[in-house]
Amino acid sequence: MNSDSNPVLTLAWTFAAMSLFAVGGANSAIPEMHRVAVDVNHWLSDQQFTDVYAIAQLSPGPNVLIVTLIGYSVAGLLGALVATVAMCVPTAVLALIVSRFLTRASQARWPGIVQAALVPLSIGLMGASGFILARTSDRTVVAVLVTVGAAMLASVTRLNPLWMLLAGGCAGFAGLIG
Amino acid sequence: MPPDSSSAALAAPDISTSPPSLLTLFIAFAKMSLAGFGGVLVWARRGIVDQHKWMTADEFNETFALCHFLPGPNIVNLSFVFGSRLRGLPGAVAAFSGLVGPPALIMVVMGVLYHRYGDIDALRRILSGVACAAIGLMLAVVFRMMTPLLKRRDVIALLLMVAVFIAIGIARLPLAAVLLAAIPISIAITWWMRRAA
Repeated sequence: MNSDSNPVLTLAWTFAAMSLFAVGGANSAIPEMHRVAVDVNHWLSDQQFTDVYAIAQLSPGPNVLIVTLIGYSVAGLLGALVATVAMCVPTAVLALIVSRFLTRASQARWPGIVQAALVPLSIGLMGASGFILARTSDRTVVAVLVTVGAAMLASVTRLNPLWMLLAGGCAGFAGLIG
Repeated sequence: MPPDSSSAALAAPDISTSPPSLLTLFIAFAKMSLAGFGGVLVWARRGIVDQHKWMTADEFNETFALCHFLPGPNIVNLSFVFGSRLRGLPGAVAAFSGLVGPPALIMVVMGVLYHRYGDIDALRRILSGVACAAIGLMLAVVFRMMTPLLKRRDVIALLLMVAVFIAIGIARLPLAAVLLAAIPISIAITWWMRRAA
């Protein structure tokens, strides 16, 4: 905990700045959220961060709402509200401005180039997200099997992901994950 | 922009004459959001294009592409841009609050429960199991996005991808620093490759 500054202000500033670098969506920002929440500010432990990620995946709504849970852990209701607004509003306003600008002077070439250029970066970021979370979660053979199984099922079938999360939860409840 | 072909024009939304009310927007986005476990995009497409016919499939794809290439939570960006197209800034706020408000409330309830009961052993075990599966789902997305790069044998893109993975996942460098270096490099390479092609 940093005692010299207000944690709510830290939440606001941190997530507003982070959102502007979340290329490819909220899941790309997971490593940065982990770095800020666990390593820098010690808001959460490694285990709590993974728990929070699991809860966010189990709940309906956009993936970005993991920040609501982080905010709640740091500063209660106000923290939840501030973190959510800070992570969502700046980029939403940016999107609004850019969409107006693009419909007025449509330069079809540059958005295509920028988009293609961002694809490998956001894949690398999401891979890093999986890696960072797996370091805490996948400590037993069965845990790794659950992860690999879910990855394969989600790749080759169109099964609703919720079933795989529930199956993972059942394996955990049965004490198989360790 | 309405499409030219007459068959598509029949199915095209008639936005100009009957913009939905702010409450309708709020409820529609709340429904999509609450239906969306593990991603709202599928439900947003179903709601906006198929059910309410507020956009054609092409318009939806274009808007989503824009929101995907901009930073931040894509679907949240989409709700804001879409709401403002239909009803201006109040529409943007209505769609955004519908998308984010109700699930955020659920998330707060989950937070309260986690902080009260998070130490219970059974819950701990369940959450670790869920986390393992959730990580698998994320890896599946990574593989799906990587496939086109592998098929094209796009070595430079794959190298950039691995470099970002190492810088962020292993070296744990700050996101802003990594991207301020990686984005210009990647854009320059992409631009140069397209010019050469």
